[in-house]
Amino acid sequence: MSAGRARAVRLLLPLGAPLLAVLLALAAGALFILAIGEHPVEIYGLMLSQSLGTGYGLGQTLFKATPLIFTGLAVALGFRCGLFNIGVEGQLYLGGFAAALAGLAMKSAPPLIALPVALAAAALAGGAWGAIPGVLKARFGAHEVINSIMLNFIAMALVSYAGHGLFQHATVRTAEIAPAAALPRLDALAPALRGSPANAALGLAVLVALAVGVLLFRTRLGYELRAVGWNAPAAEYGGVSIGRTQALALALSGAVAGLGGCNFVLGYKHWFELGFSGGVGFLGIAVALLGRNHPIGVIVAALFFGALSYGGLVINQRVPRELVEVLQALVILLAIGSQQVLERVARRMQA
Amino acid sequence: MSVLLFLAAALRISVPYTFAAVGASLSERGGVINIGIEGIMLNSALAYTLGAYATGNPWVGVGAAVLAGVLTALLHAVVTVGLKADQITSGLGINLLAAGLTKFVLLQVFHSSSNSSRVVGLPDLPVGALSRLPAIGAVLAQPMVVLALLVTLGAQWLVFRSVFGLRLRAMGERPEAGAALGLSVAGYRTRGVLLSGALAGLAGAWLASEQHCFTDGITGGRGYIAIAAMIVGKWSPFGAALACLLFGAAEALQITLQGSAFPNELLQMLPYLVTMLALAGFIGRSVAPRAIGIPYDAEQNA
Amino acid sequence: MAPPAVALRAITRRFGSRVANRDVTFELERGEIHALVGENGAGKTTLMRVLYGLLQPDSGTIELDGRPVRIPDPAAAMKLGLGMVHQHFLLVDTLTVAENITLGHEPHGPLSGYRRAAAEREVAALAERYHLPVEPGAAVSRLSVGAQQRVEILKALYHGARVLILDEPTAVLTPQEVDDLFDVLKNLREQGVTLVLITHKLAEVKALAHRVTVLRAGEVVGRGAVAELSVERIAELMVGRPIPPLAPRAQREAAVPLLEVHDLEVRDARGLPAVRGVRLDVCAGEIVGIAGVEGNGQHELIECLAGLRPPARGQIRVAGQTVSGRSAREHAAAGLAHIPSDRLRRGLVPEMTLAENLVLGLQHRPELGRGPLLSRRALIERARGLLDEYDVRPPDPMARAAALSGGNQQKLIAARELSRGATVILAAHPTRGVDLGAIAFLHQRLLAARDAGRAILLVSSELSEILALSDRIFVMFDGRFTHETLPSRTDERVLGLYMTGRGAEQGVA
Repeated sequence: MSAGRARAVRLLLPLGAPLLAVLLALAAGALFILAIGEHPVEIYGLMLSQSLGTGYGLGQTLFKATPLIFTGLAVALGFRCGLFNIGVEGQLYLGGFAAALAGLAMKSAPPLIALPVALAAAALAGGAWGAIPGVLKARFGAHEVINSIMLNFIAMALVSYAGHGLFQHATVRTAEIAPAAALPRLDALAPALRGSPANAALGLAVLVALAVGVLLFRTRLGYELRAVGWNAPAAEYGGVSIGRTQALALALSGAVAGLGGCNFVLGYKHWFELGFSGGVGFLGIAVALLGRNHPIGVIVAALFFGALSYGGLVINQRVPRELVEVLQALVILLAIGSQQVLERVARRMQA
Repeated sequence: MSVLLFLAAALRISVPYTFAAVGASLSERGGVINIGIEGIMLNSALAYTLGAYATGNPWVGVGAAVLAGVLTALLHAVVTVGLKADQITSGLGINLLAAGLTKFVLLQVFHSSSNSSRVVGLPDLPVGALSRLPAIGAVLAQPMVVLALLVTLGAQWLVFRSVFGLRLRAMGERPEAGAALGLSVAGYRTRGVLLSGALAGLAGAWLASEQHCFTDGITGGRGYIAIAAMIVGKWSPFGAALACLLFGAAEALQITLQGSAFPNELLQMLPYLVTMLALAGFIGRSVAPRAIGIPYDAEQNA
Repeated sequence: MAPPAVALRAITRRFGSRVANRDVTFELERGEIHALVGENGAGKTTLMRVLYGLLQPDSGTIELDGRPVRIPDPAAAMKLGLGMVHQHFLLVDTLTVAENITLGHEPHGPLSGYRRAAAEREVAALAERYHLPVEPGAAVSRLSVGAQQRVEILKALYHGARVLILDEPTAVLTPQEVDDLFDVLKNLREQGVTLVLITHKLAEVKALAHRVTVLRAGEVVGRGAVAELSVERIAELMVGRPIPPLAPRAQREAAVPLLEVHDLEVRDARGLPAVRGVRLDVCAGEIVGIAGVEGNGQHELIECLAGLRPPARGQIRVAGQTVSGRSAREHAAAGLAHIPSDRLRRGLVPEMTLAENLVLGLQHRPELGRGPLLSRRALIERARGLLDEYDVRPPDPMARAAALSGGNQQKLIAARELSRGATVILAAHPTRGVDLGAIAFLHQRLLAARDAGRAILLVSSELSEILALSDRIFVMFDGRFTHETLPSRTDERVLGLYMTGRGAEQGVA
């Protein structure tokens, strides 16, 4: 096989599996739409035009995509180091809670202090929660997947417990945070987005994506992290401490996830509310998968899933928006399945 | 008396956990992690509701639940054993799929986003004098309680005393060894996954039968607790069932203490903390089957 | 005359462009012990994997008792009465001896219940019959290596093996276990089992086998009755190729030892002693070669010297600095470079680019970036220079290491390790699986490094390489240095004898 063809296969493979998965999932979704007597082309067209075609819709899409960028990056960071961080949901949840606590506490601080402190609180809380399975893995060899699932539930219970004295009477939410700790809405800058909840967390997400990209591909630490993920014995040969690097990767992953909680808490409602995370952590796994664990891919995939989420709301009158959840799940299953199939085809072609 | 009530509650609560955890142990003994238990239970709970709603017969509901469980598990098997894709990701995908799918169907059939119409539950068994036992009698009369007991015993026999179990365990520990003797790795692993689907189906059926309806998210993370119980139970059906009883007792305690000063949430955490301790080796190390999570690729072992 | 029990005729098997077996014919008489000998990579295991259905030949035929057969998989081989004991046992650790042996053909009751007692009885009877003492109810994980091997043999017999292939059966055994194994094999033969013994230890051939077939570079170079062949003759057939002219070497003065090893003991992955008391100095400007059949402790020695495996006892000093027990990074910092034996597992991250692979182990060097940053430009510039200097093809810094041929991957590793400014260089099998052009190039580079005053420790199973490059030679056997010599005073034949066990009684170090 020629070098040119080998390179073509190498470049197409990463794009091929996600695209195939999306197309197949949409096709399967079309069957659902047909089954309830609607027109797939019309419905998909409506989703597309409403989620990307209007300023408000675009704002909604961006708002829905924002936490997914964070969670997708968090999952990707783990994957790059050979670790599966399923705990992103809990890390984001705790991050949001910590941001709210910080925001509540800083009634008199100026924005230049209040906002960074709230953000740092979110990152620290998420990072600490992420570090736990990392340390347990490094120290005891305990599987990070099960531990991070357990920690998701513990985070939920812990927050419920800690929230007792904090929540407003007969609600499951806190009081509003100090205005100084809030992230500004984007419609202040871009009037076209008026009315949508898109906020400055999006800018933060893009910055974090950039930072993750730099960390992974431009720093010594990122180099070690990727070496451990790809070939741990070779990394060890290169003088890298595998355990320490894995623990650090999970802590960083958790910190990124924790920041994701700010979209809702600091940028939208300005309070913490029980159950606000609503599965964006798990969806982050789909985002990372589809985005091939690359920051740019993650942003694109998050926008896709964001558009899908808002598109689901738009069509809800005609097709239940749960269709979108089905589509998201199918994308995951089809992405990992088609990846295996395509890899095998590529191997056959190269043999 | 209150002790008996408590025990009865613990037993009843542990039923769905037991089905699911014992099922998970069958999948994992063969080398396939099944985090999709939660989703399988969800699909099955809906299937029970639909079956019972359509026919008025709860046993038709149970049959539908088992069928739905097996079919959902088949999807997991196709992705992980057939296509050799990552088992954890597939399981999560199945959980998301079930969450969306059940809501979608709920809306279409019952025109509600929160719950179905009321359906019949499973009738009590004629246990005669046994039913007159205080508190416990009522629980023992419930067919699913009895079935859970039988399933646990049967699974324990299957895993450790049958030819099938011997081969299944070989596939979870050292699939190359089995393959070298002419056994089909994919065949045994798939059967392990399908059995776990059938049992998780029973768990789902019980949930819907108990509530006499399907509600959105009816499983509430019980699938994950079941996997935790299986780990604490060291991948054996017996151990898993015992851990389920323990977790059931913790939950019963929560209900008992509701309204008291003791913080409920701390009790909620108990199963998860116990599982983490078990994984870290603090309460007798839980060691997974060695080949667990690793797709078997004959090409790479040639 | 009866047809041979097993006949492989004109077998050819390629892996890509490499020919592992070329036109190999191999015959096995019923009831004999037949030794299949040859150096590493001579094609012994490939041939037996073809026979056992693990590989399909590109051409050639297989006959059993004169009848042509097809063996598509191990299950078919089993049905035909073939059995194989692999070098890495295929046992399920958590199951009992009897369970492992009966797996696949279990005695069972009406409900398909496993009849444990019956299985253990059957295994006990089988063990009794073949004089293979095992405890049927014991968990395999608790057994010694020797006992595990007996379980493997019993498993093959239980499944009906009349022809048993043993792949390097003594490689993992203690001397006492080797004696026991020999008794077992002789007994099996007496009971009519035909045995193939894959080995490169010639003492074993002499002690056990009736006939021998010698493979070299994938071809049969000799066969005959063991009684009629001397050990020297077999060794010559195994390794016999013309000795290449020695490279001219620069004058050197007796110099300071840069690598000092004292009384080193290292354990292998299973915790058994692999290096048993090694003492060694390597001086500036010299290459010390370690000859030996693989699996005699060389791997553990090198991994320990590189800081990848802790020593059980002893001391290692690099350029005067004690590093034993420290991390790999500290070993490297003291001035140590390492060309590892397994380039794909240890030496490279195949998915990374050439530029990235060229800084593995150097990622903290200040000149490669600023602060925490690694400069892509610095990586690429460095890569351009090294790829050119070491003639790595394609010389594309952004190509992935996985895309290179074996020879180019090896040159890539050599480029990185020889350019890192180390004073001590560990080179483990630096030319294994590499084409001739690359071999010459790598040899020339190692000699240049020596002439530049580096201390080089070379481990190789290629005797021609050891002889061509070394200033001093040790033979390693069973975890010890059993022979020390100079290249001018020895040859491949003599080294071959020591490598296969001569001189093991006394030891030199």
